[in-house]
Amino acid sequence: MNKNITGPNFQRLGQLFVLILLALFILIPFLLGFWTSLLPTADISKGSLWSSHISLDNYYTAITQTPIIRYLFNSLVISFFTMAAQLLFCSMSAYAFVFLEFKGRNTLFYVFLATMMLPFEAEVIPNFVTVRNMGLLNHYAVMIIPFLTSAFGTFMLRQSFLQIPGELKEASEIEGLSHWRFYASVVMPYSRISLFTLAAYSFLASWNQYLWPMLTTFSDDFRPVQDGLRQLQSQESFNNWGMIQASAAIVVIPTLIVLFIGQHYFKSGLNEGAVK
Amino acid sequence: MDAPITNKQSQTHYKPKGNKKPLTVGLSYKKELRERLYALVFLGPSLLILTIFVFFPMLRTLYLSFFLTNSVGKPTVFIGLQNYFSLLTSTAYLHSLQATFIYVIAVSCLTLVLGLLLAQTASQKIRGISFFRTVFSGTMGVSVSVAAIFWLFMFNPSVGLLDQLANLFHLPVINWLTQPGWAMTAVVISTVWMNLGFTFLIFFGALQSVPTTFYEAAQIEGVSKRYQFFHITLPMISPTLFFVSIITLIESFKSFGLIDLMTAGGPDNATNLLVYRIYQDAFLSGNYGLASTESVILALMIAFFTFIQFKVLEKRVNY
Repeated sequence: MNKNITGPNFQRLGQLFVLILLALFILIPFLLGFWTSLLPTADISKGSLWSSHISLDNYYTAITQTPIIRYLFNSLVISFFTMAAQLLFCSMSAYAFVFLEFKGRNTLFYVFLATMMLPFEAEVIPNFVTVRNMGLLNHYAVMIIPFLTSAFGTFMLRQSFLQIPGELKEASEIEGLSHWRFYASVVMPYSRISLFTLAAYSFLASWNQYLWPMLTTFSDDFRPVQDGLRQLQSQESFNNWGMIQASAAIVVIPTLIVLFIGQHYFKSGLNEGAVK
Repeated sequence: MDAPITNKQSQTHYKPKGNKKPLTVGLSYKKELRERLYALVFLGPSLLILTIFVFFPMLRTLYLSFFLTNSVGKPTVFIGLQNYFSLLTSTAYLHSLQATFIYVIAVSCLTLVLGLLLAQTASQKIRGISFFRTVFSGTMGVSVSVAAIFWLFMFNPSVGLLDQLANLFHLPVINWLTQPGWAMTAVVISTVWMNLGFTFLIFFGALQSVPTTFYEAAQIEGVSKRYQFFHITLPMISPTLFFVSIITLIESFKSFGLIDLMTAGGPDNATNLLVYRIYQDAFLSGNYGLASTESVILALMIAFFTFIQFKVLEKRVNY
């Protein structure tokens, strides 16, 4: 009898222990980062994680003495336009693959699929030469134009468009709706969850770009935030930990807020994509 | 929220043939022409971009891999497969290949196991569990350079937490980022940490969509929790498991940011993974031909894994 009571309790305790351990592994780098962003660097470099001078000074220094806000703005511009373009162009090509009848449609679709196998990282050399020849180096355009569309997005939206009942298309034919009207007033609203997923995915993918901006931007006017943090971190090297952690916090806090607000939608959207 | 997802899952079988509507049966010549024109307009922008930034560079990379190049990346002397031979006999490159494999396997295994563990623990009905769910998905909002800054601080020998703890407990202090084996460990830990948010979210969703009746039946039969996990949960989520493992594998093959920020390929090339080597050879040493050859090899490996993914997803992982 006794065992029956303590058994589950022990299990409960074990579960809680595992939960807390895992939560600590995930949280400690965050918490330590935020905490040190409040400490004077002088104390941090003495190896002390406690100080009597807790303040937002590091944030003030980061904002006034580094272009961190400009980097954030640049990233926002780049990611927003990439996202908008991918929503438009991926949905258009997906529409063609689902609702338009033309010769070589399947072949072309397989060609699209095949490009998903090619990592952008393996193509940076010719792409770098291309954008240099186009005179795009060190401008927003260089981080947007190569990513105006994506095979992945097309594939994802195509799968979603395939679920639109055939009767809708037939009805629209009878009504005499043009392809544009059908695309804009039926297909797009119908697939809004997938569109939302693609929006989140393409925005984050662009936001997290690292290698490409590092190769193609040289000035703070256009440098996105990932490359910007790299710049700050290498300039300051290990000297000004407080300010570096504050810059990291400035970058990560907006993303975390957006993530927690959008989590519900995001979770369902991602799972939808996961099984395709 | 979960029921409709399961519904959708069963509807979205991979259908390469497109939807079958008897649309084309009576198409007149004029209408056919119009459809083609529409196709051109709808597909045009995507095709143009993909041609310039995906198809062309692929062929160009392949082409460059057979040449010696000058300092601006123009091919000069045709050398056939010489680049491939010299790479495959270079100890430095083979070492890089080996390091990449170790990294990829370690990151993939740890991400999968820990992600599943997080999802499994977070699926339990304990009070306050939603707090843990939020925490577990947290690293999804962390970009690569932020993650690198957090972990550089953790691993820092003089101010970092890990070595302060080691001091406290009189353990030997590890110079995480300057000793080859430990540097690899540090990079793997940071990558796994960064991956966990996304992996957790996907696994958590998948676990939620397993019908509870299965577990209820198992409970009545008196089946142990462990048996339930291996014989109900794992088979039920096998499509997701497969998807996540391939994505993680491919992403880790392409790792660059964390390496660049944390170790720059060092110490002693211990973390000089394939993409970082391409970057070094092309943009630091100006050896575009050789770097193109490395790109071709990388692309082949990634294409291979993506191909497997499609093959298996096409058949759907069975349960």
